[in-house]
Amino acid sequence: MGFISSFRDNLGAWINKIFKKKRAKIGLYGPPNAGKTTLANRILKDWSGEEGTFGIVSPIPHETRRAIRKEGLIIKANGSTIELDIVDTPGMATKIDFKEFMAFGLSEAESKKRAKEATEGVIEAIKWLEDLDGILLVMDSTEDPYTQVNVTVIGNMEARKLPLLIVANKMDLPNASPSKIKSAFPQHAVVPISALEGSNIDSLYQAIAAQFG
Amino acid sequence: MILMREVHMDLISEEKMENMTSMEKIRLILDKVKKGKIVVLESGLTPDEEVRLIEMTMTEIRVDEFTGIEIESYPSKKGGSFLDKIFGKALKGRMTVIGPANQLRTIEKDKYQISTKVSVGD
Repeated sequence: MGFISSFRDNLGAWINKIFKKKRAKIGLYGPPNAGKTTLANRILKDWSGEEGTFGIVSPIPHETRRAIRKEGLIIKANGSTIELDIVDTPGMATKIDFKEFMAFGLSEAESKKRAKEATEGVIEAIKWLEDLDGILLVMDSTEDPYTQVNVTVIGNMEARKLPLLIVANKMDLPNASPSKIKSAFPQHAVVPISALEGSNIDSLYQAIAAQFG
Repeated sequence: MILMREVHMDLISEEKMENMTSMEKIRLILDKVKKGKIVVLESGLTPDEEVRLIEMTMTEIRVDEFTGIEIESYPSKKGGSFLDKIFGKALKGRMTVIGPANQLRTIEKDKYQISTKVSVGD
């Protein structure tokens, strides 16, 4: 049975590659503070033609604690058009300590509430993995790319044979090093950008059209 | 007089893990880590088991009791042969270290080496 179901899954993956979907549900994943919501807001601003955001952005980790989906964003690049449902997910983590939030000036009660909501957010992000056509894995280019969150998310996408694009974010910072990310995960496409400033964002849209279109 | 503090480490063989279900593996790991033990898995977990471990960890985090886990493994290895690719041979897990987040700290990690420090409480 394992042999047959494995063969069927792979056949399905091949068929999907040959007859590429023109509509895809894409999740933004990554560790806290990698810039997922900043990127989601930029994509929304560039392609929705309407005011609004996915959520607020802050330096305090786990600002996004609920996944938010925006439907029907039409992205045009490389002469093709793709319709995306974008899901901005809470930051993935293996540990959450409320004291970390107190260091940012939150009260003990606020910090404990945030910690509780953050654990729920991580679970929500994990649940969404089962319902996506692909992901943008957002990494902070100034940080070590070998975090367990990155390794685990990439391992899951490879196991599910779903497309993955790595976004090397925060290129506006002086110590950004996208080459470290490329070296760590050479089997995947890496697009360096600054979601904050919008630099190289057109390359990201071209890569999205190529990868998910 | 120098006080010696001890760290309890469990190195779990591939043979022990391969006869367990995913849920049994996750329960075994979390029970040990919540008791302050460091767990080293010879063959690691599958990507799906890793994500389920994180999910279960989140449900068990308690203020001032358990803040989560530190887990480090190498990126998965793919089956490389033509037949592996056709039949989607499962990604093989690799050596993995797991411990309480307040005790185990990763110093450095790359493709070939994981360096960690273990702090021992009073």
